[in-house]
Amino acid sequence: MSDTPARFPLRLARAPRKPLLFAAMAALIGLVGIGQSWSLALTIMNLCLISAIMTLGVNIQWGYAGLFNAGVMGFAALGGLAGVLVSMPPVGAAWRAGGAGVVLALAMGLVTIAAAMLVYRRLRRPASRKLAVALVVAAGYFAARALFEPAVRAIEGVDPSRTGYLGGFGLPVVLSWFAGGALAAGAAWAAGKISLGLRADYLAIATLGISEIIVAFLKYEEWLARGVKNVTGLPRPVPYEVDLQAAARFREWAESLGASPVELSSIVVKLCYAGLFALVLLVLMWLSEAALRSPWGRMMRAIRDNETAAEAMGKDVTARHLQVFVLGSAVVGIAGAMLATLDGQFTPTTYHPLRFTFLIWVMVIVGGSGNNWGAVLGGFMVWYAWVEAEPLGLWLMDLLTFPLGADHPLRVHLMDSAAHMRLVVMGVVLLLVLRFAPQGLIPEERR
Amino acid sequence: MEDIVNAVVLLTNFLVVPATAYGCQLALGALGVTLVYGVLRFSNFAHGETMAFGAMVTILFTWLLQYQGVTLGPLPTALLALPAGMAVTAGLCLLTDRWVFRFYRRSRAQPVMLLVVSVGVMFVLNGIIRFVIGPADRVFTDGARFLFTVRDFKAWTGLSEGLAIKTTQTLSVVVAIILVAALFWFLEKTRTGKSMRAFSDNEDLALLSGINPERVVAVTWLIVGCLAAVAGTLYGLDKSFKPFTFLSLLLPIFAAAIVGGLGNPLGAIVGGFVVAFSEVLLTYPYRKFLAYLGPEGWRPDGLVQFLSTDYKFAVSFFILVVVLLVKPTGIFSGRSS
Amino acid sequence: MSFLTGADLVGGYGGPDILRGCAIAAERGEITVVVGPNGAGKSTAMRALFGMLTLRSGSVRLGGEDITALAPQARARKGMGFVPQTDNVFRSMTVQENLEMGAFVRDDDISGTLDEVYGLFPALKDKRRQPAGELSGGQRQQVAIGRALMNRPRVLMLDEPSAGVSPIVTRELFERILDIAQSGVAVLIVEQNARQALELADKGYVLVQGRNRFTGTGEMLLANPEVRQSFLGG
Ligand SMILES: Nc1ncnc2c1ncn2[C@@H]1O[C@H](COP(=O)(O)OP(=O)(O)O)[C@@H](O)[C@H]1O
Ligand SMILES: [Mg+2]
Repeated sequence: MSDTPARFPLRLARAPRKPLLFAAMAALIGLVGIGQSWSLALTIMNLCLISAIMTLGVNIQWGYAGLFNAGVMGFAALGGLAGVLVSMPPVGAAWRAGGAGVVLALAMGLVTIAAAMLVYRRLRRPASRKLAVALVVAAGYFAARALFEPAVRAIEGVDPSRTGYLGGFGLPVVLSWFAGGALAAGAAWAAGKISLGLRADYLAIATLGISEIIVAFLKYEEWLARGVKNVTGLPRPVPYEVDLQAAARFREWAESLGASPVELSSIVVKLCYAGLFALVLLVLMWLSEAALRSPWGRMMRAIRDNETAAEAMGKDVTARHLQVFVLGSAVVGIAGAMLATLDGQFTPTTYHPLRFTFLIWVMVIVGGSGNNWGAVLGGFMVWYAWVEAEPLGLWLMDLLTFPLGADHPLRVHLMDSAAHMRLVVMGVVLLLVLRFAPQGLIPEERR
Repeated sequence: MEDIVNAVVLLTNFLVVPATAYGCQLALGALGVTLVYGVLRFSNFAHGETMAFGAMVTILFTWLLQYQGVTLGPLPTALLALPAGMAVTAGLCLLTDRWVFRFYRRSRAQPVMLLVVSVGVMFVLNGIIRFVIGPADRVFTDGARFLFTVRDFKAWTGLSEGLAIKTTQTLSVVVAIILVAALFWFLEKTRTGKSMRAFSDNEDLALLSGINPERVVAVTWLIVGCLAAVAGTLYGLDKSFKPFTFLSLLLPIFAAAIVGGLGNPLGAIVGGFVVAFSEVLLTYPYRKFLAYLGPEGWRPDGLVQFLSTDYKFAVSFFILVVVLLVKPTGIFSGRSS
Repeated sequence: MSFLTGADLVGGYGGPDILRGCAIAAERGEITVVVGPNGAGKSTAMRALFGMLTLRSGSVRLGGEDITALAPQARARKGMGFVPQTDNVFRSMTVQENLEMGAFVRDDDISGTLDEVYGLFPALKDKRRQPAGELSGGQRQQVAIGRALMNRPRVLMLDEPSAGVSPIVTRELFERILDIAQSGVAVLIVEQNARQALELADKGYVLVQGRNRFTGTGEMLLANPEVRQSFLGG
């Protein structure tokens, strides 16, 4: 294969595209406000902001370094977990029932790892070394499980319909955004350690596996975050609608605007979220741009464009890749925590690879790999399309099948299935962009 | 003595038989992945959906046959519909190659680019499948359910532990053996098969030996489509057809292909069985088995299970990790770069 | 006009031009040798003659016919054989299968040619069921040449056939190549081992930075003091 960077052959005009495209995006959201409702427009916008942050994270990996992360879902889910662990109040009874056991089991796990490493260092003969390590790991695993299982049973027995888990630290939920980033970074470090430095596909497959396991873990480990029973009612970083409606000043303000207090309160709450999210996005954006312009960013792109040459110049490609992979995943984790905050709940069953991994990929590619503004725009556009495609598809299908008559079985089937068409649309968009405008909406700037 | 026989029968019934059937299905899936990798040099993320597509087409033809009153007696009607499923899926593969993959192959894009492209194909196929057949669970097995039942077995042997073999399990094994034998005969003995291996081994040298790359690629997709349709149908017959399970099958399939050595067909088969057996071995509760072997009247306290079945997929992942750490080229030394 | 001619070849791998107007011609029944320093573009010129490189300008003719636009497979069908410098066998395939692949474009019975190749390289016959990747360097080179001969080529191009092969084996290899040329094949060899190769050359080229520097009969080049000074180590 030739080493020429054939990935970005087409150069699109660099006219004032950027502001134009963002203005168009704003207009599209405005259209929802006028056509449907402002509350819905804000809901869409908040999710657009979160999508944009996730896309930014994936773009750091793909656009800066050419790494394919097929585990976005898992890192986002870890962010959600952080939302629970940071913000929910600790469940004292559960801690008393099994906290010690769980902590002991975790300690046992760490001891096992340490012992395995020690054995590995001490023994020289490869055969006996492998056997000994395997034995130590097996013994440690069963010992940890012996401690772990009764503790888990005890914890999950504590008021199972309302708690049945250890709870969190009862800290402000905004802190979970940092924690989510840290959790995701940790998982990414482990995944990267294993699979970076091998061929590119291995990273994709390893991350796919890690994300499946993370989500399975979150579904089935009820002692941690209630699993499929979900954690609802995460504390909010913004006021509650009912509190606003109860405040006299707010009601007066609503009256002076001529709006109903109920509707206005919902809009104000969503605006508060939007403000917070936009702040995070701006900070991350600023950091990403600074990183991209720094010598570090230049080096990353040099590595991406010609790995062999960079390696020949003495760059430790694998170490740089690990760095960028951890950073990008951390950003995804932050977005995941923000999503749980916005939802006010953590529901492991909603993490689906098409929605959380591959849709994000469409955002990155459509927006423009390697360009942070492109990534943000891609996040907005694709999320908007994803949400609005459903009513649009239904409407279109209704129109198309109308001549068939209301109860025609084909019409019923098509109407039921219209929602799935958006998957096809997303796939086709991805393929078309890759083929005909591989630089995306906002191409990478060659500095 | 009888206890030991009972213990063996128990393991056979709950472990060996299901794992063998599952291993056959995984092996067929991994063969498809490994062939695409060997010839086209990318990991095809759309392969799970291709399997689902093949199963879907087979189901549609099965319904058509059933509707017209055609059945196969004790065998599932789906067997009769399978050739149609294979043909349509092979056609689909050729079409996606023509419309999508060929462009990147000709421009000699990096493999990871093709991987991203295959994600797009995955999306489209996923949407089409849900659109056509819906996201619900479909059971399309008909005919006799069992080759022999637990009751038959107990009557023959007089043992207290039973053994049953499902028709679909037998079918998985028989069809897989036939298909794999045909594939290896093709690869080892025919000129076209050899040219495929040559192309996979050394593309440049194949070109200057006069081998036509487009033909090799087309034949590969043809085979991959057929394999995917069969693998998807067998899996669907044995378990049930649910569109979204095929996305999660990607992981064990890739694990099988990598464990055996990406690009190596024999490795893919061995890898399929390694993954299937590890999955079942590690998630099977050994309580009853140990009770047979231990002293009279004794039973272990817990289930004696290494891992809860919830973490089935974790097993393939751990195998994958071990292989990546110990021998990244896989057991049979596939390509690592 | 020679049997195989590459004229004014200009091109490279997408970056700067590697070939800058070099010209190479080979005659049937003769051995033509190309020598030159490392990185001169000798291998690139071979690839260009075989159509594995997009040329920016220049033409390739075979037996008077313009084949510049043909794909490598088509050139193989026209009777060209090429043994690349590296990766010149199918490692995972047996010796016999390697030879069969060499005859891929033929539709007639190949058993006669197979016997001829085994006659030329008897060591291969015993190893015909072994994967080519497991053979020694010299035998691997024999498989590579045998593979190219299976097509009964009218032109045989060899890129550094003596690389990684012991001197004794090299001498024998060159003798076989002489036999091949005498059977009427146009042989074109690229060699690092310049002195030994030029000794059996009917014609020689010295390539430097993608251009012809010297051209002449083997003896003339060996006698030329400038060539001796710069390329044959005195
Ligand atoms: N596949 C390739 N891609 C890019 N550049 C190449 C490639 N192969 C060779 N080159 C470059 O072309 C030049 C000539 O190489 P080559 O023809 O192999 O020289 P020679 O065979 O005379 O030693 C060298 O500078 C080399 O770096
Ligand atoms: Mg060379």
